[in-house]
Amino acid sequence: MGSYIIRRLAYMLITLLGISIISFTIIQLPPGDYLTTYIAQLSSSGTVVDDSLVASLERQYGLDRPIYIQYFKWIGGVLTGNFGRSFDWNEAVAVLIAERLPMTIVISLATLVFTYLVAIPISIYSAVKQYSIGDYIATVIGFIGLSVPDFLLALVLMFSFYRFFGISVSGLFSPEMREAAWSWAKIKDMLDHLWVPMIVIGMAGTAGIIRTMRATTLDELGKDYVKMARSKGIPEWKVLMRHPVRVALNPIISTIGWELPRIVSGTTIVAVVLNLPITGPILLQALQAQDMFLAGSFILMLSTLTVIGTLISDILLAIFDPRIRLD
Amino acid sequence: MAATSRSLSHSQLVWRRFTRHKLAMAGLIILALFYLVAIFCEFTAPLDPLHRYSSHIYAPPTPLRFIDSEGGFSLRPFVYGIKSELDMQTFRRIYVPDTSKKYPIRFLVRGHEYRMWGLFKSNLHLFGVEPGGSLFLLGTDELGRDVFSRIIYGTRISLSIGLIGVTLSLGIGLIVGGISGLKAGTFDSITQRVIEIIRSVPHIPLWMGLSAALPPDWNPIKVYFGITVILSLLGWTHVARVVRSKFLSLREEDFVMAAYAAGSSEWRIITKHLIPSFISYVIVSVTLSIPGMILGETALSFLGIGLRPPVISWGVLLQQAQNISAVNTFPWLLTPAFFVVLAVLAFNFVGDGLRDAADPYSKQI
Repeated sequence: MGSYIIRRLAYMLITLLGISIISFTIIQLPPGDYLTTYIAQLSSSGTVVDDSLVASLERQYGLDRPIYIQYFKWIGGVLTGNFGRSFDWNEAVAVLIAERLPMTIVISLATLVFTYLVAIPISIYSAVKQYSIGDYIATVIGFIGLSVPDFLLALVLMFSFYRFFGISVSGLFSPEMREAAWSWAKIKDMLDHLWVPMIVIGMAGTAGIIRTMRATTLDELGKDYVKMARSKGIPEWKVLMRHPVRVALNPIISTIGWELPRIVSGTTIVAVVLNLPITGPILLQALQAQDMFLAGSFILMLSTLTVIGTLISDILLAIFDPRIRLD
Repeated sequence: MAATSRSLSHSQLVWRRFTRHKLAMAGLIILALFYLVAIFCEFTAPLDPLHRYSSHIYAPPTPLRFIDSEGGFSLRPFVYGIKSELDMQTFRRIYVPDTSKKYPIRFLVRGHEYRMWGLFKSNLHLFGVEPGGSLFLLGTDELGRDVFSRIIYGTRISLSIGLIGVTLSLGIGLIVGGISGLKAGTFDSITQRVIEIIRSVPHIPLWMGLSAALPPDWNPIKVYFGITVILSLLGWTHVARVVRSKFLSLREEDFVMAAYAAGSSEWRIITKHLIPSFISYVIVSVTLSIPGMILGETALSFLGIGLRPPVISWGVLLQQAQNISAVNTFPWLLTPAFFVVLAVLAFNFVGDGLRDAADPYSKQI
């Protein structure tokens, strides 16, 4: 088990390295470098930019050095918590990340939990009562969930609630709570708003899990060891939980690794539609303003988040399925 | 029966199984219609998608009628003329039917001029009304452009991006996956790492980052191909994985060994034995990845960092639906969403049907 975790950790480090290179590339892609934008901004605000300031800035960001040195400077800064400055917000990128990332994690985790809490019971039911009305309803909902993109679902939900009930489901807090300090009342207010993004983002994942898990449970149900357990007189409920469901859960645990990038992806775009105070809208804004340090850092952090999630799912899988760690 | 006992080829078997999958057949028919409409969109769209009917801004969908105001019935649907009036309470322009003018809907009418595929000049349209009447099947937008005709033109862009993107990912995936499956070793382990890294980045943020980097002075065609390449950047990894694992498992099979023993060249083995035995899996996984690409383009354009007007795609059309109070007053702005969902659903059905049909061990015949 120990060596398995160490191996996974080593893989994770390589992946993180790759991700940091991708993020750095995105930062470097737009024409013009950080400094030209910064100087343009300074002079437009009336500050006199003299050559010594330019030279010191150039040295600070290593812009006079080859690209790989610039990368090492950047990644060195990131590791010590210095992500650079956002000139659009005129603030350290780290501050903006600290503001937005925690809520992104909360929403992603809430969605993940919601997805599993809904999908697992439905798929067990669908498998046990195959071809029942409930099974058909679950299949149809599953197909719709897979086909309706999350941002359209968010739009349609927002539209319907606004039109038919006159309420707005956007945002994560009521207007009076938006600026308030954290308190139980604010948390309760957030939970009241959280269900919309949770359902919207979780819909596709839930549908996907229902499909896979229903199929695996059905496969397992027909196997001999299940018949054997039944013939021993073990109550049906226990047979089901102890054997087919346990086997069918394994692929589900291992899909957390795919589920997380999908959820983070979904969160990004749904947050723009629903105007949630998380990374999505700020990332879009940063990209439109070509505020690349901010945008690249967000992409880096979101990817890191999913990689850590994948690591956790790998470890969980090793705990639940002894066959994996013996590899 | 003796008559049907002659053996069918693999593709005939697959087709036979596919046709019994009702949802998949329905999906195939819908897709065929969509692509037909898209290919001939200049002919199928009743109005010019760029023309601004400035006296008909935000006009609601024109209702098709069969019974006129005097109670007379006609089998041929018709529309009334549209009169615009000012609502004295809200000071908004409202549109009321002008029952004194009746315009029957006819097939093959002459309308605005266009160049089919930019080549032949014509003004023939599949259907429409006589000059003077206005047929806004799904209403008009903020500039008074016909939403229905715009959706039809958008079909061409949105659905072709999926196909081109998938062809690209298929090409890259087959080559990379094939090499890494055949020549295990350093190349294989490097590509596996790279694939893992690409797949662990959340799609939408990565797509957003890359497409925002497309130079703003690019012309629409370049942007279109840029977006397609960005979308296939993730698609090929999936194909490469499938191809690699199939190569790895197949090269140990007896029939491949036998071919080697019989002195077949490697190229012959790959093209005659390996590829035909797994191509169905690849086709299935590729079909199932088209909707993802269509949605990717829609999402990016919707956010305003994908295709940009004057290009018309479903995502560009949905940009107008971002403003929830506009959608509330003019709900027809949301109609492109219906077509997106229908296309994605149809692709999913076809993909599912293909998967079941291509699986040689499937029992449901």
